[in-house]
Amino acid sequence: MTRPTIELRPAHEPPGPRPKTLAEALVRPQFIALATVLLVNWLLFPGFFSITWQDGRLFGSLIDVLNRAAPVAILAIGMTAVIATKGVDLSVGAVMAIAGAVAAAMVVAGWPAGLAVAAALAVGLVCGLWNGVLVTLLDIQPIIATLVLMVAGRGLAQLVTEGSIVTFADPVLIFIGTGSVLGLPTPVAIALLLMTGAALLVRRTALGLLIEAVGVNRSAARFAGIRSSALLLVVYAFAGLCAAISGLIVAGDIRGADANNAGLWLELDAILAVVIGGTSLLGGRFSIPMSVVGALIIQAMNTGILISGFSPEFNLVVKSGVIITILILQSPLAASILQNRRMKRGRT
Amino acid sequence: MALLKQLALGAGLAALLSTAAQAELTGKVIGFSQIGSESGWRAAETSVTKSEAEKRGVELKFADAQQKQENQIKAIRGFIAQGVDAILVAPVVSTGWDEVLTEAQEAGIPVVLLDRGIDASQDLYLTSVASDQVKEGRVAGEWLVSAVGGKPCNVVELQGTVGSSPAINRKQGFEEGIAGAANITLTRSQTGDFTRAKGKEVMEGFLKAEGGGASICAVYAHNDDMAVGAIQAIKDAGLKPGSDILVVSIDAVPDIFAAMVAGEANATVELTPNMAGPAFDALDAYLNDGTVPEKFIITESKLYTPADNPQGEYDSRKGLGY
Repeated sequence: MTRPTIELRPAHEPPGPRPKTLAEALVRPQFIALATVLLVNWLLFPGFFSITWQDGRLFGSLIDVLNRAAPVAILAIGMTAVIATKGVDLSVGAVMAIAGAVAAAMVVAGWPAGLAVAAALAVGLVCGLWNGVLVTLLDIQPIIATLVLMVAGRGLAQLVTEGSIVTFADPVLIFIGTGSVLGLPTPVAIALLLMTGAALLVRRTALGLLIEAVGVNRSAARFAGIRSSALLLVVYAFAGLCAAISGLIVAGDIRGADANNAGLWLELDAILAVVIGGTSLLGGRFSIPMSVVGALIIQAMNTGILISGFSPEFNLVVKSGVIITILILQSPLAASILQNRRMKRGRT
Repeated sequence: MALLKQLALGAGLAALLSTAAQAELTGKVIGFSQIGSESGWRAAETSVTKSEAEKRGVELKFADAQQKQENQIKAIRGFIAQGVDAILVAPVVSTGWDEVLTEAQEAGIPVVLLDRGIDASQDLYLTSVASDQVKEGRVAGEWLVSAVGGKPCNVVELQGTVGSSPAINRKQGFEEGIAGAANITLTRSQTGDFTRAKGKEVMEGFLKAEGGGASICAVYAHNDDMAVGAIQAIKDAGLKPGSDILVVSIDAVPDIFAAMVAGEANATVELTPNMAGPAFDALDAYLNDGTVPEKFIITESKLYTPADNPQGEYDSRKGLGY
């Protein structure tokens, strides 16, 4: 008697081979969407793709898109890992504000910048661990567990800055926000480095597989010998760390820690970037680089709206229209329609 | 309403200046229900209110509502129960005040609204002290008209949060201010959400879209924070804010004076955090000889330029908690 073979993929993922050739890899809704948005930007503003060399760094609208996308992209890198475990982290925006506030308050108080940066990153890690503890040890649903810090965190940041914008002139923090590395803005360099590092770490080791396993079925993963609680702690701590890095960037960018506004609503942009990147909120298969592409799409759209000259009342309408289109293109329904058409074409 | 505000302006100024008879409030107990601390300006308003109370010998009972109306209503009921002499309220929203204000009225306690109006019968409060946001925009526009002196000038605008009343009014006022000058054109307008980060990002976009900033002669920001962000963007683009591109904004927070000292900002219109001063003056007159003040006391929208000792302004404002 033969046992029936089991399909090991989660039910919500359409079966099919992963893209193999470069051309196939590029024909993804995300890349098409990004290309379309960039093309529309170019039509609205012909100088969109022009990049010049100014004051020892690249200068142009395209560089702006990369630079402004970096904070959300970095959040999205951490968020991808969290969402892959079937969780979500709503607190990253507030953690950004805390990290920025801590770093700014420390340099203003005369501490060396290196220590301030280290402290901000440590605070991010602690915030992430706090979320992780609530999710694993206390078994609170991630959306509720991280909501706690989302609300309370901004209060903590305001406590550190005493409600005002703490401005600083520290060259190290300013470099993190507005400096340049090999001609690229520092935030872009940091995001690239983090993306490459994280993607290699999860794909060249078993870590990515373990995260996916926990996301698909936490108890099954535990029975299979994965220490899912420890893994979840690490994932939330990583998201907290990413948020702290983003927080340092946005504080350095405006040379001040604005506890009221830094990172406000950016958790939603980060979640959106992850979803646009194709990672399901139900956990499981994920892609860090595609989440970064998601962040780029969002920012390309924002920059496009800024240079288009539309009146600001249209900003959110345009944005939601584009996002709905992208999500529809990515939906299982659209995928099956596309596949049917391909199969028909194959037959005739 | 706007006309009424105009009419009340003179009276407001008079109230602002009549600080002569201020000893009369000594020993009075006044409750102050503040919205919370959502911005630096709010924090400054709180600290100015406290110092104004101290100056007059008023015992101020302070309640922070943390952005919630129910907390404000609780605080007002608390003040009524304590039998205070008067109540100051900075209302967080415009509706839902009738009941609690009626209770205050029945207890014979005068209520003064600070910096925001409400949708309720005007009989329910003694007076309201607020700025005229349209006028703030108009003062900024008029400054620009005189500053460019007939030369053609393309202005870009950084709006506040879309749909918020300061954004709508400050835009309208500025357009009124430049309406007579055909040489001034508003070429681009986008929202910077009243924040530095967004102000900088939007200005970056404007600079790219306007030939690297070559065709921009001035930037008008609905608040100083966005202007501070825009100044950084202008510097990043290799231009000099303050001379290559004029910078005019509203609020008069300390950091814009720091920018003026550095020659990077040209003008700001003050939204005074001292709403309590005129309120105390009105209460003073009312409690002592029953003088009923104007219903709408409008604070002055004073223009500050680098000629107005920005370093001194910076130093005197820095400690206010902005």
